[in-house]
Amino acid sequence: MRLAPSRLLLGLFCLLVAVWLVMPTLVIIPMSFNEKKSLAFPPSGFSWQWYENFFTNPDWLSSFFNSLRVAGLVAVAATLIGTLASLGLSRMKHSGAGLLRAILITPMIVPGVVLAIGIYAVYLDYQLVGTTTGFVIAHTMLAIPFVIIAVSASLEVFDARLETAAASLGANRFTTFRTVTLPLIAPGILSGLLFAFVTSFDEIIVALFITSPYLKTLPVQIFTSITRDADPTVTAVGTIIFIATTLVISAGLIISSKSTRS
Amino acid sequence: MTARKRGAAIDIKGATKRYGNFTALDDVSLHIEPGEFMTLLGPSGSGKTTTLNVVAGFTDLTSGDLAVGGKSIVALPAHKRNIGVVFQHYALFPHMTVGKNVAYPLTLRGMDKQARDRLVVRALDMVKMSDFAHRYPSELSGGQQQRVALARAIVFDPPLLLMDEPLGALDKKLREWLQLEIKRIHRELGTTFVYVTHDQEEALVLSDRIAVFNQGRIEQVGTGRQLYDEPTTLFVAKFIGESTSLRGTALTSGNETSLTIAGQKIVANGKLASGSKPVVLLRPEKLLLAGTNTPPAAGQNSLTGQVSEAIYLGSGSKYQVTLRDGSVAIVRSSLEATPFSIGDTVDLRWSVVDAKLLADDDRADMTMT
Repeated sequence: MRLAPSRLLLGLFCLLVAVWLVMPTLVIIPMSFNEKKSLAFPPSGFSWQWYENFFTNPDWLSSFFNSLRVAGLVAVAATLIGTLASLGLSRMKHSGAGLLRAILITPMIVPGVVLAIGIYAVYLDYQLVGTTTGFVIAHTMLAIPFVIIAVSASLEVFDARLETAAASLGANRFTTFRTVTLPLIAPGILSGLLFAFVTSFDEIIVALFITSPYLKTLPVQIFTSITRDADPTVTAVGTIIFIATTLVISAGLIISSKSTRS
Repeated sequence: MTARKRGAAIDIKGATKRYGNFTALDDVSLHIEPGEFMTLLGPSGSGKTTTLNVVAGFTDLTSGDLAVGGKSIVALPAHKRNIGVVFQHYALFPHMTVGKNVAYPLTLRGMDKQARDRLVVRALDMVKMSDFAHRYPSELSGGQQQRVALARAIVFDPPLLLMDEPLGALDKKLREWLQLEIKRIHRELGTTFVYVTHDQEEALVLSDRIAVFNQGRIEQVGTGRQLYDEPTTLFVAKFIGESTSLRGTALTSGNETSLTIAGQKIVANGKLASGSKPVVLLRPEKLLLAGTNTPPAAGQNSLTGQVSEAIYLGSGSKYQVTLRDGSVAIVRSSLEATPFSIGDTVDLRWSVVDAKLLADDDRADMTMT
């Protein structure tokens, strides 16, 4: 089969875009095995030292666990609040629902810097700077819109008449929610939970404002170490996070594709 | 099969439902006997589905009372009423298998697994779906889904089963077969059935009695035969079966009333005030066509018109006859009758006693669907 020149051109262009999108991610993997203490590309030699440094240096480890702790709490809080908000919004019949939804989505639209300034100003007064509580409150606010969007999408396709049917069969409101509504919108809630976790885990703008020497999250640690002393440990961290998120997202996709099939 | 159990009596008294200025139900009262198959029949927006939703507990009444088995249930929420409901859209839970769907009401009632399984098998047997217990609803056809929904609604042995146009989304063949299935299940269970439909044929096939709804009110309640032979309003007459309605003006002298229809005089079977304008209702099989050269028999009325449509139906023929004032009569005649063709001038004849005189009602035409 002969390929038309126009198709060949299109193919090349697509390949170029694909490379462009994936390259920054793929570049860090070879760099993380660099022998020298430099961020030069291409790297030279091979060593595990930057991975070793990540797992032994208390600065890196504590920031990693801080991020895990904050993101975990944020995922739970944002999923709970966001799911309840979505349920409420889907039951509201009058025009106020649209306005309310828009307000709840604003943290996603307003530039992060603007929010960060506001949060920082308030946190100074209430001594929340550098605290887990402070991080969780700020990041939950940023994560709620993602949960609302994900859960609302699954409520959109949920047939509310099933709740009427459940009532006729003897189920009260709570049992109906537990046995009918919740299982059917679970994929939306799960993807909201993942989005919320990721939103907090890699958040840097607000984190830079409200961080303190006693509480640094991983992105803050990466940022400060790379600006201060070009520490190649960041490439090792990047590689670890890249592989972990790929696994988690793939798992999420498999779960949600399984549940939509039935 | 277990011993036959009687269903519950239903008493709807003065049921009224208003939405702002709109009255969906206007002082509806209806008594349904235990074990009866009652159909609520009417065009869309007539109040039949609202009535069903009120009984099921999905809609609150503005005023009025509702009793099942002699006990008022107005204050009970839907989930405490113990009434089976079958929906037009099946409403099976997509994340549960057929077996789990049918077991759902039993699980809610705290029944142990053994008893539950036994009842689920029995209910699925009854709708002939026992081979499908492990399938998911999405793997079933519409007719199969509706049979599962029926099993789920009867498995907990409710004294009353409500069905809201359950066959509305299915094709004609399947619908006719399921009608017979529903009839059989009604006979076997002895439960009171309340069935909503806008299809008068379906109502006639299924029901012990039919309540004809129009504009939020009940026009007439009766057996199919009563509604067909003795309609009390023009709306009922037109909604049930085919009919011809001719508008005339009454003239009474002594004991006899004559009517002028399309400029011709006929005898009325009843006494009416002179000048009143009743509607003469005639069923197609009560009408005869005759050549204008033969004289009408004793006790027969005759109107002259022109054949405007002649359809051969196999078992007989169907004619449309247009009278001089433009009104159209529908006639069904047997194969033995003399055939006529379009354009023939004919006499439209009927026995005086076979006509029904009804009050004119413009709503009867307006609300036809």
